[in-house]
Amino acid sequence: MNDSNESTPQPGDPVVATRRWRVSLVWLVPAVAALIGISMMVQTWLSAGPQIRIAFRTATGLEAGKTPVKYKDVTVGSVSAVELSEDGSHVIATVSLAKSAGRLTREDTRFWVVRPRIGVGGISGVDTLLSGAYIGVDAGTSDENSLNFTGLETPPTVIGGTPGKSFVLHTEDLGSLDIGSPVYYRRIQVGRVASYQLDESGESVTLQIFVDAPYDRYVTTDTRFWNASGVDVSLGADGLKLQTESVATIVAGGIAFAAPPYSHAKPAEAGAEFGLAKDYARAIAPPNGPAQYVQLRFEQPLRGLSVGAPVQFSGVDLGNVVSMGVDFDPARHRFPTVVGVVLYPQRLGQALEKLPMAKGETELPTGRFLGELVQHGLRAQARTGNLLTGQLYIALDFIPNAPKATFDASAQPMVLPTVGGSFDRLQEQLAGIVGKIDKLPFEAIGQKLDATLAELDLAAKKVNGEVLPGVTQTMQAASRTLQQAGQTMEQTGKTLEQAQKTFGTAQGMLADDAPLQQNLQQTLRELQRSARSLRTLTDLLGRHPEALLRGRPADPPPDAAASDVLPAPPESRR
Amino acid sequence: MSSAPRAHELGVIGCHGCGLVCEHPPDDLTHRHCPRCQAPLHRRRPDSITRTWALLVAALILYIPANLLPVMYTSMFGKVSESTIMVGVIEFWKAGSYGIALVIFIASVAVPCTKFLILGLLLVTAQRRSNWAVRERARLYRLVELVGYWSMLDVLVVAVVAALVKFQKLSDVEPRIGILFFGVVVILTMLSAMSFDPRLTWDTEKE
Repeated sequence: MNDSNESTPQPGDPVVATRRWRVSLVWLVPAVAALIGISMMVQTWLSAGPQIRIAFRTATGLEAGKTPVKYKDVTVGSVSAVELSEDGSHVIATVSLAKSAGRLTREDTRFWVVRPRIGVGGISGVDTLLSGAYIGVDAGTSDENSLNFTGLETPPTVIGGTPGKSFVLHTEDLGSLDIGSPVYYRRIQVGRVASYQLDESGESVTLQIFVDAPYDRYVTTDTRFWNASGVDVSLGADGLKLQTESVATIVAGGIAFAAPPYSHAKPAEAGAEFGLAKDYARAIAPPNGPAQYVQLRFEQPLRGLSVGAPVQFSGVDLGNVVSMGVDFDPARHRFPTVVGVVLYPQRLGQALEKLPMAKGETELPTGRFLGELVQHGLRAQARTGNLLTGQLYIALDFIPNAPKATFDASAQPMVLPTVGGSFDRLQEQLAGIVGKIDKLPFEAIGQKLDATLAELDLAAKKVNGEVLPGVTQTMQAASRTLQQAGQTMEQTGKTLEQAQKTFGTAQGMLADDAPLQQNLQQTLRELQRSARSLRTLTDLLGRHPEALLRGRPADPPPDAAASDVLPAPPESRR
Repeated sequence: MSSAPRAHELGVIGCHGCGLVCEHPPDDLTHRHCPRCQAPLHRRRPDSITRTWALLVAALILYIPANLLPVMYTSMFGKVSESTIMVGVIEFWKAGSYGIALVIFIASVAVPCTKFLILGLLLVTAQRRSNWAVRERARLYRLVELVGYWSMLDVLVVAVVAALVKFQKLSDVEPRIGILFFGVVVILTMLSAMSFDPRLTWDTEKE
């Protein structure tokens, strides 16, 4: 029993399983909140880009936490702190970039502060007047990354990725050009100067210009560039010249380019190098070819000749004056003027091809050739180009009867013989004339003239004493004769008066209301009437020939009236 | 303190909805409904402390992004700025608008923080069945309920300003994500306060 009692199955103790923790659904709310919060944080953490440090000269317009960093006008970050550098020479802006702006950390990325700028070339950054400055970015292309940058002081003129081409220009001096100066094509602004630097030799300036697409294709391999800076006023022997590109260039300077007319050259490659001429005329002129330096010695002072004055030959600008100086001639104690000129034989153009060349010579033997020309009378002469201003130019011309001159073709430099200028020649001629006048025997002439006058005086006295009384008598006789003639004239006058009266009478007789005229008219009227009667009679006889015998027939009553009109009886007329 | 009997001692239960007192044996654990308004009957709000805690914790979590993220985007004459609550308060204070700064600070920082503290205090004391300052705790609860209506002030300000200030380029105001979080925080604290059963405060009285 006990066993059974013991073996009596006991109901199993139910395991009271108390749930350790019962999660209420309410806890989902904070879970979701936490999830959202964490996701926000993760997103912020993920979108945070690199932090870079940019050094600027000043912190003008930069504000920590506010100033945005914009790339292509898209905000890619913001300035998180602005502080002075350790040595205090510049400020360092710490910029937190967005994750997407990671490529802006390339080593050659450029940063600059965009703030309102007013320059001669225009106004930029107006939008920042109200919104405040921001930091502009131009992404670089380098493979290296960096976190420290130096900001530019002025915005770059060419932003990376702008369609167009860069070209290189070489010039002697910069003129009034500057970074950002416009580049014109047919007076349309098509580009700008990107940068310039002095060559290492210090003898020329190299400019980088950028021409925007689609205008860059107008830059061909033979395009000429010239400096269109400011107003180009030149007062030369050929008068006053004024050349300007546009009002903006007057102030800001600029470059213009054009292809020579009728050119069909291909568009130039990016980075092609060109020369930059000083002005349009020089740019578009055909190439000068090699220059030839020649010296001229003038005996007379050359007031009015300036460096740059043209040297003309047969109306062609063959070169120009490059130097002027004074030499001393110890033998004659004179100071001749030494003028250095540069000649460009290529400017003779076609004529050059026809000049005689010795066999085997590829280049023109300028020296030998000049020597021949000098033998034929070629001389240099300073001539007046402008009478008003007295500007001189050098003319190379064949002077007839020029004194013989020697020419050393092998001399360095060659010295070309000269003759006096046209004005000087005029002076010489005048001097010659004056000399001739000077030689005239004025004193002898005067003495002779004096004697002659004395003789003349004597003769006059003689005339007075002897000839004049006779003359007086003659004159009196003549006077009498004239009186007689006067009387004759009076008679003639009377005769004429009578003739006038006679004509008056005749005129009176012929006048319309004269009695003679009246009578004549009456007579004519009578005659008219008689003629009419005769015609009536003829008619009557024509119709009634018997009337001749029997007398007038008895007329019908209307005819009676008619017969009354013709009063004359036909019989009586016959 | 007082010797008044408790409802469960009398075997009755009060309806939360309409206040009808129903009979309810103390050991009956089945769910009943109010015969009048059909609302479920329970002696205390079920899971009150847990729910309150959960909602409070959620509100606390969301309060962090609500303060860190910008609540308002303003663009005035091209000057663009996005300000968080505290930055706005500081800016107003610096600009000399102490009144506005104070209002914003009270509405968006002081009030939510006090709510967190009060609710936390109430919850902890209720959980520990603490006997400490019972009346004051009850008063605090009423304060929380009262203040709850006004917590949306910030959200309203942003909504009204964003709707009013639309002058194209001149000036523009837009709400930002922060204000959404802030609104959620306010709602969660209100819910939290609602789910707290103030009678829990008094349950400790007899012990």
